[in-house]
Amino acid sequence: MSMTKPRASAGTLGNWLILVPALALLVVILGVPLVENVVRSFGLPGQFSLDHYAQIFTERTTLNIMFRTLVAAVVVTAITLVLGYPYAYLMTRVGPGARGVMLTVVLIPFWTSALARNFAWIILLGNNAPVQQFFQFFGLPNVVLYGTATGVTVAMSQVMLPFMVLPLFASLGAIDRRLLLAARGLGSSPIVAFWKIFWPLSRTGVVSGIILVFTLSLGFYVTPALVGSPQQSLVAQLLGQETTQLLDFAGAGALGTFILVVTLALVVWANRLGGSVSAIGAVSAAPGGAASGARAGRGR
Amino acid sequence: MAVAELSAVDAADRAVIPRRVKAIDNPPAWLIAVGWVVGLFLVLPTLIVIPMSFSTSTTFAFPPVGFTWHLYANFFTSSTWLLALGNSVLVAVLTAIVATALGTAAALGLHQLTGRAARVVRTLMMVPLVAPAIVIATAVYITYLQWRMTGTLAGFVLAHAAISLPFVVVSVSAALSGFDPLLLRASASLGATPVRTFIRITAPLISRGIVTGAIFAFVTSFDEVVIAVFIHSPTFQTLPVQMYNSVTAEIDPTISAASSLIVVVVALLFLAPLAFRRRKGRAGK
Repeated sequence: MSMTKPRASAGTLGNWLILVPALALLVVILGVPLVENVVRSFGLPGQFSLDHYAQIFTERTTLNIMFRTLVAAVVVTAITLVLGYPYAYLMTRVGPGARGVMLTVVLIPFWTSALARNFAWIILLGNNAPVQQFFQFFGLPNVVLYGTATGVTVAMSQVMLPFMVLPLFASLGAIDRRLLLAARGLGSSPIVAFWKIFWPLSRTGVVSGIILVFTLSLGFYVTPALVGSPQQSLVAQLLGQETTQLLDFAGAGALGTFILVVTLALVVWANRLGGSVSAIGAVSAAPGGAASGARAGRGR
Repeated sequence: MAVAELSAVDAADRAVIPRRVKAIDNPPAWLIAVGWVVGLFLVLPTLIVIPMSFSTSTTFAFPPVGFTWHLYANFFTSSTWLLALGNSVLVAVLTAIVATALGTAAALGLHQLTGRAARVVRTLMMVPLVAPAIVIATAVYITYLQWRMTGTLAGFVLAHAAISLPFVVVSVSAALSGFDPLLLRASASLGATPVRTFIRITAPLISRGIVTGAIFAFVTSFDEVVIAVFIHSPTFQTLPVQMYNSVTAEIDPTISAASSLIVVVVALLFLAPLAFRRRKGRAGK
C-alpha cells in the first residue's frame, strides 16, 4: 500500500505534464493575442481609459452596424428555427434509413468548404440568377439580393441551419411519443396535443438551438464580406476594417473584446440553462462553419 | 463530423425506435413536403458550383453556358492557384500532425485527471470553438505583426493547430471513454514502460479517435478562411485566401473549379472514416 501512493502521485504529475504542450500552444498562440487585445483596448500604456469602449456605444455608424448585426442574427435564428423544427421533427418520425439520409443532408454543409458555399450564394443571389427568376415568377422583376443585408441573411440561414437542426434532433428524439397518443386518447386535437405536450418537452433543444445560432451569427465574417456590401456591413466586418484598413488597434481591441465577452457570456448562460447545450458547446464557432462539433448530436 | 453523426444516430436509435408507434402515427404529407424543401435548401446551393465549373462564361453569371474543362486547365496550370493549393496542403498536413500529437497527449492526460483544475483545463481547451473566428483572427494578426510571423508557414500552422486542437481532444476523449484503465495496470504489471504501453495497448485501441481527430484538424486547416485572410502575405497564402481574393479583388471564374475540387476532396475525406469503420465492422463479423 505504501508503494502505491507515491506512484499514483507521480502518475498524476505525468498526466499534468503531457497537458503542457497543448496548453502552451493555446496560451501562446491564442491567449497572448487575446490578452494583448484587452490591454490595448484600455488605451496607451499607463493611461487607463474606457474611451474605446465608450466609442462603441456612442458612434452613430458603429451603433447602426451593431443594430444591423443584431437584426440579422435574430432573423437568421428565426428562419432556422422555423425551417429546422419541422425538419428535426420529421427526422424523429421516419424510419432509420430515411433518418440516415436526412442526417447526411444536414451534415453536408459541414462537409463542404465554407468558401465554396459562400461562392455558391454569390452566384445564386446575383443578377438573372435563380433567386431573381423566382421573384420574377411572382411579378417582381428586379430583386437583386446580392450585396444586401437580406441576401446575407438568406445565405447565413442556410449555413446556420445544421446548428439548429442537430440540437433540436437530439432533444426531439428523446421525447416519448406515447405521451402524444395519451393526449389524443384523452380527447385533445393534434394541435392541442402538440402545443401542450410536445412543444414544452422540446424546449431544451429549442433554447440550445436558438442560443447557438444566435451566438454564431453575431460573429459571422465571411458571408457578409462576400455576399453583402461595405455599405451594409456587420460587426465582424467593422472589426476587420478597424484592424487592417484603419489600423485602429485600440478600437479593434475594444470591439473584439466586446464581441468575445458577449459571445462567451451567451455560451456560459446557455450552459447554465442546461439541456443539450453543454454537449453542443463543442460545435464549431468558426463563422463559415467549416467543421463542426464532434459531439453535436449527443444531447440528452 | 463522423463522431457527431454516430452519436446522433445512436441516440436516436435508442430513444426513438422502441417508442415508435406504427400505423396510426405516420407523419402527415405536408410535413414530408416541408422536409423535402428544407433538405433541398441545405443541399442544392452547394452543388451549384459543380455545373458552374464547366461554364464557358468569364463571369459568375448563372445559368452556366456551354461545357469546357477550361477552368480546371486554368487551375492546374496557373502558378498562383497551384502554389496556393500546395501551401494549403502543406499547412494542413503539418497542422494535423501538430494538433493530433498535442491533442492526443492532452486527452490522455485529461482522461486520468479529475477535480476542479482538470475541469477548468478541459473548458479552456474548448475556448477556440466558441470564440468568434474574427476576434481570434484580428487579435492573432496584430500579435503576429509584432512577432513578424504574418505570411509564414509556422504562423499558419501554429494558428491552425490551436483552433483544431479541441476537435482532436474531443474525438480522442470520446474514444478513451470506452477504454478500460485496468489494461494499463495489466500492461505495467507485466513490465511494460508507459511509452511501450501507449504504443502497444492504448494507441491501437483509440486509433479511430486519433484518426478522426487528425482528419478534423486537416479539414479545419484546409478550409480555414478568416484567420488565413488576415495573416497571409502576398508571398505566402493558402487556397481559401486565393479563392477569397478571386471573388473580392479580381473576378476570376477559376474559383468555380477550385470550389468543386474542394467540395469533392473534403467530402471524400469525411467519408473515409465511415468506409473505414464499415470495413472494420464487417471484418469483425
